[in-house]
Amino acid sequence: MTGIQILFIVNALVIIFSAVMTVTARHMIHAALWFVLALLGVAVVYAMLEAGFFAVVQVLIYVGAIAILIIFAVMLTRRALEDQEKPFNRASLVTLLIVGIVFVGLILSIRFWPLLQSTTVPLSPDQLTVGTLGLALTDPQQFALPFEVTSILLLAAMIGAIYIAHERKEKGK
Amino acid sequence: MSFIQDPIPWVIHWLETLLIGWGLSESLTQVVLFVLGAGLISVGAMFFTTMLIWAERKIGGRFQDRLGPNRVGPWGIFQTFADMLKIFTKEYINPVGVDKVPFNLAPVLSVAAVLAIWSVIPFSQTVFGTDISVGLLIIIAVGGLGEMAIILAGFGSNNKYALLGAFRAVAQLISYEVPLVIVLLIPVMFSGSMGLNDIVAAQKIPFIIYAPVACVIFFICSIAENGRAPFDLIEADSELVAGYNIEYSGLKFGMFFVADFLHAFTSAIVFTTIFLGGWQGPGVEEMPVLGGFYLLLKTLVVYFMMLAIRFTVPRFRIDQMMALNWKVLTPLSLVAVLVTAVVDKSIPQGNSLFRIAALLVANLILWLVADRMITAFRKRHPVQVVSNKRPLARPERLPAGGEGISQ
Amino acid sequence: MIPLYWYLLLSAAIFCIGLFGAITRKNSVGILLSIELMLNAANINLLAFWRYLYAPNGDLRAEVFVIAIFVVAAAEAAVGLAMIISAYRSRQTVVANDMDSLKG
Repeated sequence: MTGIQILFIVNALVIIFSAVMTVTARHMIHAALWFVLALLGVAVVYAMLEAGFFAVVQVLIYVGAIAILIIFAVMLTRRALEDQEKPFNRASLVTLLIVGIVFVGLILSIRFWPLLQSTTVPLSPDQLTVGTLGLALTDPQQFALPFEVTSILLLAAMIGAIYIAHERKEKGK
Repeated sequence: MSFIQDPIPWVIHWLETLLIGWGLSESLTQVVLFVLGAGLISVGAMFFTTMLIWAERKIGGRFQDRLGPNRVGPWGIFQTFADMLKIFTKEYINPVGVDKVPFNLAPVLSVAAVLAIWSVIPFSQTVFGTDISVGLLIIIAVGGLGEMAIILAGFGSNNKYALLGAFRAVAQLISYEVPLVIVLLIPVMFSGSMGLNDIVAAQKIPFIIYAPVACVIFFICSIAENGRAPFDLIEADSELVAGYNIEYSGLKFGMFFVADFLHAFTSAIVFTTIFLGGWQGPGVEEMPVLGGFYLLLKTLVVYFMMLAIRFTVPRFRIDQMMALNWKVLTPLSLVAVLVTAVVDKSIPQGNSLFRIAALLVANLILWLVADRMITAFRKRHPVQVVSNKRPLARPERLPAGGEGISQ
Repeated sequence: MIPLYWYLLLSAAIFCIGLFGAITRKNSVGILLSIELMLNAANINLLAFWRYLYAPNGDLRAEVFVIAIFVVAAAEAAVGLAMIISAYRSRQTVVANDMDSLKG
């Protein structure tokens, strides 16, 4: 067991524990805080995959913006007596069974697929810089189109969110 | 490398040979040296904060025409240690109903988020924590972690005013991140990389001359990110009873306090690194240790400017602050990035004097246009400073039958 | 070193946990949290495949896909939370089961 394998196993346990606590926490604010811990663990996984840019972007976007947004939403939609009951609806046992079957199926199929087994030692490429990604995203021959489309999507989402959450003044009531 | 010219790498090299001589493996030596370096930087930063607090109180006193602390030690330099002793011995009060983990984690996370920025700053040509190619993004990302700490503090206190204060604080911090990040595109454009080492190495001429408008916007947003005056309604005593750190006492409050001052100094260092040239200066090729001195000097000048603004200008209201951000700074930063990109790329490489002149002219035009627009807007929507005229209360104006009204 | 299937197993685990949460959570914000967990699991999957199978050839397609997923997740979180807040204003509840009529 090399050092990095131990690090990966510890990190994976932290992520899975935080994810389980996220979906089973009684108070929503606790769920949001466990979610932040899970996101930080995922950022560590990205760093281990030598995608440093994505690790930083994960912390910046998810922890710095989306998690804060979710906490704001939890605070704004909170009522006093809401967090006293079980957080699950009626379907929890059947769903647990089905999700368990899906997970076991995934494990079996991943574990015994020859292509995924054989890649034990990754090569170490020399082009993992941010610069190549940036050049690719702005090159019309490569990936400029997805870049522009996602920017427009973000603009549309921004306008939509502002419009939906805007408080309308009651007319004539 | 000799000891005089480059002390810190010499010491690191000596320690490395010592540890390998004792039989440790290569990677373990690296880990030990990293941990040692991180510990030294953290402790050094904390000790430096004590001097910063003293300097701030003295200079603040002079700005306000008084002396500042002058009892404890010559010129009061031990005042901070006296305050530290007092804060260490205060009792931790845990109010009823607090959530233990967020309540206790918030001050720690607050200080940790500020100290993490020190790991990517290059102190001289050869002394830096780590050379990551996305160093600039790391600085902003750990700023986001600091905001998380404020939310934890506000929520964990089980106190409506703490929650309200935390929300206002986070709203301010998130809003001012937007022009901060947009304006950081300009040094990245000029130096071609997001790593701080590359940005400093590309500043033969400091970027403040290339892009003064970006510099001013970054400075204002840094002050707002810290929560310093004039943006300090986060801790406005007269409005919100100390904001998100109401329920904290003792060393936990001390940690928030330290994080505040250290964040101001860290913002000054980041500003110096990105816009003023960091460790660049005459003679750093032969003696790299001079780089550290230049950095310190420039940072202290920027910090002094931050203090000068803090003790001079009155506080913003929250709607004025939000209007300043969304109506002035964000469009200005977007247009600045556009204009700088167009001007910079339309001048072929190498005509550096012509490039500087063109960029300065472009920035000047931008500044004048923005100024005209703001003035025209203010003329159309004047702000009423006094209320409508009301009759003054005079004894002869009491209503009829009001002889015994004061009983 | 770390074999590829470790990353894929981790991603499968997070996805299944997120799936369970998305189906059984009562609170709408909780459902959104679980959906974000699923998106993160997909991101881990993509980046693991990219690093092991595509990066040695200098292929950047997976990285662009991951950026697209980041953007879509952020956009969806923003719009979803705006809708939840707006629905809370008129119905005074965020329990997903109770929002069962289009009126109001």
